Amino acid sequence: MRKKTLAVFKFASCDGCQLSLLDCEDELLALAGAIEIAHFPEASRAVMDGPYDLTLVEGSITTAHDAERIKHVRAQSRTLVTIGACATAGGIQALRNFADTAEYLSVVYARPDYIETLASSTSIASHVTVDFELRGCPIDKRQLLEVITSFLHGKRPSITDESLCADCKRADVVCVMVSKGMPCLGPATHTGCGVLCPRHDRACYGCFGPVTAANTGALAERLFQLGMRKDGVKRVFRSFNAGAPAFADESRKHE
Amino acid sequence: MSSRTIEVNYLARVEGEGALHLRIHGDQVEEARLKIFEPPRFFEALLRGRDFREAPDITQRICGICPVAYLMSACHALEGICGVQVDGPLRELRRLLYCGEWIQSHALHVFMLHAPDFLGYQDAVQMAKDHPELVENALRLKKLGNAIMTALGGREIHPINVKVGGFYKTPRRSALLALLDELRWALDAAPTMAQQLSAFEFPEFAQDYEFASLRHDDEYPFNEGRLVSNRGLDVPVSEYDQVFVQHQVEHSTALHTRVAGRGLVHLGPLARYALNYAKLHPQARDVAQRAGLGEVCRNPFQSIVVRFVEIVYALAEAVRVIEAYREPDAPALVVEPRAGTGYGATEAPRGICYQRYTIDDDGSISASKIVAPTSVNQAVIERDLFAFASERTQLSDEALQWQCEQAIRNYDPCISCACHFLRLTVERT
Repeated sequence: MRKKTLAVFKFASCDGCQLSLLDCEDELLALAGAIEIAHFPEASRAVMDGPYDLTLVEGSITTAHDAERIKHVRAQSRTLVTIGACATAGGIQALRNFADTAEYLSVVYARPDYIETLASSTSIASHVTVDFELRGCPIDKRQLLEVITSFLHGKRPSITDESLCADCKRADVVCVMVSKGMPCLGPATHTGCGVLCPRHDRACYGCFGPVTAANTGALAERLFQLGMRKDGVKRVFRSFNAGAPAFADESRKHE
Repeated sequence: MSSRTIEVNYLARVEGEGALHLRIHGDQVEEARLKIFEPPRFFEALLRGRDFREAPDITQRICGICPVAYLMSACHALEGICGVQVDGPLRELRRLLYCGEWIQSHALHVFMLHAPDFLGYQDAVQMAKDHPELVENALRLKKLGNAIMTALGGREIHPINVKVGGFYKTPRRSALLALLDELRWALDAAPTMAQQLSAFEFPEFAQDYEFASLRHDDEYPFNEGRLVSNRGLDVPVSEYDQVFVQHQVEHSTALHTRVAGRGLVHLGPLARYALNYAKLHPQARDVAQRAGLGEVCRNPFQSIVVRFVEIVYALAEAVRVIEAYREPDAPALVVEPRAGTGYGATEAPRGICYQRYTIDDDGSISASKIVAPTSVNQAVIERDLFAFASERTQLSDEALQWQCEQAIRNYDPCISCACHFLRLTVERT
């Protein structure tokens, strides 16, 4: 039987999510035996032409060239999965969506005219059809392996859409908001990280983006009760998943 | 006269998006460019108005390969403003975290990205079919680096446990002791691995670089030190902007850097090694000597061996820190904001990562500057490419392309970082 093919493509991003694949040290060689890694420039000079059975896309769309390139990637991909907050919500670079990008350019570059960029940083799904979105800044490598093995076997990945709170309870981690009054984004944030921040005496800061039907309004109210000021509430919803609609909308209420 | 262009539109086995363009007329190289087309993300602009305590988490998103460098340079710059000096066990834990980053990042580059060039494979997976032990040991080493990152940072990519002033939660001594067996395995395996690397065939290509790195009185540099070079530079980090001058070029979203009044500067393992050889642990010096390295190495192709020597240093340093570790009373110092400007420079795996912040009395960031090591090295890489290709114009396009790619990979370029930063075209006319 023909081996299924895997491709990895990068757009505007830090490289961390595709690095997660190379960080599967125990599984990498077995994975490479089970599938054909057909296009993964970060790891190999050998690049096969598509179409590909499974394509992983990292990064957001920030240039006109990339807005075209993603269409070609989609056309070559039987299944397309976005990996990480940039590809799924626009990433930290989506903060430009709330600002004047021309002004941003002038702050960083002496010759803005040499730089080609769009005024916004947008998710892959706002440009092409996406089959599955894997969350996280960065993604969790166990979830990545679940996604790859599931799609290669033709099933949906078993990744639950629930808030971090549910995972915290199951992990028997004491609620940092209730016990310590920390301004935690956990109630509105998608699970998947393994309850990292609360385990480290830290409030969740939303790496995995909003859970479906996140009650961001009630959470914002609680953050105010805990003493956070308006600008602080705006900022907590405006980080690595600032472009996700639930967080973007809530942040606009506190401008 | 025959003319040709060699073009690699998307360089492989580097982190981020770049390309190589080489234009050759007859037997003369006319132009050698490392193009960086990684789209800009405007970190300096989007940091304005953020609370200073948010800066480490935001700036580490510049790079998934070397997040610790960004975390640490930001913390040092901001602590400087607020008059806080992190010492004792917390400072030691920061060194340990840096050991983890160097081990995982260097192991990734040495074995997965660079070694396949020397052995003639497209990638490490192909290489593993003929050299299974080499690749299995490499993965084990890389996993160890990541285990250190996870023990201290919560996860290997974008650690969550670092803050201005220290950590959110310090690890239990038992959690660190659990790393010792694997560290000792790695130190035992190191001489054999170094021997494999030093047996590679290296092109004759010694260059006369100005090397720059941090230098510290007592230790091989991670977090602290003065900015020094082999041409007399010796200033505090706060004078970085006076001695290194950035300028923008049309073919790159990365800014180029020169030493004020002089030429290009080379950052990273070769520079650190040349300027800090005496500070290496004996195990690392022993591995260097057995691999045939002198106290200075000017051939960038041998950087693969120097990187491995730095892995050995990081392994030995990790053992030292862990054995001496006692859990501190508090995970962090209290840091209160005050208005001012601060400077931070730490040694990322690829060289000095510099950051400068200005904050207001309430802790709000009003301005920042971030210089990634690859953006500084970009011009040096282009100069290497020009010199290297000039001696090899008789090669076929295919052979010349691969060797030029290898010359670029000598620097382990991290293009995602450098962008404010790559395309190979060889054009022959």
